[in-house]
Amino acid sequence: MSERVVDARGSFCPGPLMELISNIKMMQVGDTLELLSTDTGSAADVPEWVKKVGHEMVDTEQDGEGTWHIRVRKAK
Amino acid sequence: MRILVVGGGMGGTIFANHLARRIHHEMKTGKARITMLSASHEHVYQPGWLYVAMGRATPDELVREQQSLLEPGIEFHVDPVEEFHLAENHVKCKSGKVHEYDLIVISTGSRPLPEKIPGLKENSINCYTAENAVDFFKQLSDFKGGRIVITVGLPHKCPMIPLEITFAMHDFIKDRGLLDKTEFYYTYPIGRVHSLENVAKWAAPEFDRMGIKYETLFNMKEVDGKNAQVLSEEGGAVKYDLLVAVPPHKGQEVIEKNGLGENGWIPTNRSSLHMEGEHGKNVLVLGDTTNLPISKAGSTAHFEAETAAENVAAVLKMGRPVRSYDGKVFCFIEAGKDRATYAMFDYKTPPQPKAPTGAVHAFKMSYNKLYWATARGLL
Repeated sequence: MSERVVDARGSFCPGPLMELISNIKMMQVGDTLELLSTDTGSAADVPEWVKKVGHEMVDTEQDGEGTWHIRVRKAK
Repeated sequence: MRILVVGGGMGGTIFANHLARRIHHEMKTGKARITMLSASHEHVYQPGWLYVAMGRATPDELVREQQSLLEPGIEFHVDPVEEFHLAENHVKCKSGKVHEYDLIVISTGSRPLPEKIPGLKENSINCYTAENAVDFFKQLSDFKGGRIVITVGLPHKCPMIPLEITFAMHDFIKDRGLLDKTEFYYTYPIGRVHSLENVAKWAAPEFDRMGIKYETLFNMKEVDGKNAQVLSEEGGAVKYDLLVAVPPHKGQEVIEKNGLGENGWIPTNRSSLHMEGEHGKNVLVLGDTTNLPISKAGSTAHFEAETAAENVAAVLKMGRPVRSYDGKVFCFIEAGKDRATYAMFDYKTPPQPKAPTGAVHAFKMSYNKLYWATARGLL
């Protein structure tokens, strides 16, 4: 199992969720991904997509500089 | 300084020409040399394929001889690189020739891979090559009515294409008098109709006004050609009569084979544009080849290339670079056959698209001709 970090800070296009989807296609089942995002919307739209597809949310937190750290596990 | 540019697309060409203009004296006196290696003798203006697909341009209008675009003094070889030896500062080409360098610029671009999605290549049309754009035009011209579905893979080059191709097809079908027999069904991978939130806020009401239906959170998983339906990762299924694809892309195979980056995208510093890692100090990466979380578009390559050229010239003349790439991107958005708007943004500033106008469309059509001045490093 491996973990990758996707730094999508400052990404308006394609944006954090599109970066996450692109990267998750390259991962193996059981791998985790930490998405860094400065887009407040990511805290809502990432879990929405993860739930719909059937992957797994690990945790979400915002650091002191305002960056969201969203961790997802590929489940299928 | 021996500067080696790998790739003769937008990024490599704009970089080489901008730099050559800035270091004309150093090149003349032998203090600097620019060599470009490309897989092709042709330079293609890829954004023009949209117009080929709509019967508004022909493929030959979009092509120039690469050598004719380059500043005098730039050495040009059609000889694709097969091996990168970054630790030893040299590359080996298909011909077997070895090129040594002090600075290498990698701008090899990306490629559409519809075959990555089962059933997509054989059951859909797209406008990502000249041949495919011509086929697109023929199939759209022969279309007699039914359901046109737009499906989008990730990652893809030119993030405005899903919207542009939809608006353009709408007007094409309207002009053919088939609008009442045609349903447009647009799908998109995330929870709105475009990655840029402000563009999505503008485009969704446009779709509503034009009667274009849409489904979001739809990532194509496979195409079932037998039953004419596209299936999504999210469990959806959409029937089509004509399937229009924005296929997923990868970087070039040579990047992957040389272990420079997963899926052909090279890890790149977002400000300096240097390759990340121990051998990245004298490696710059431009355009689609980077792994940066920004648009894979000619505009991105253009602004990165200008920054990189200015910095290399400054290092030669003053010993250090003068500026950072700020993530600037400027994309026109065609909103049909005769209206357009644009999105301009950087790492810190989101775009604020305006209502589309005929004037912006006219500017875009003009820019399609002016592009050759951009490639030459003049605009």
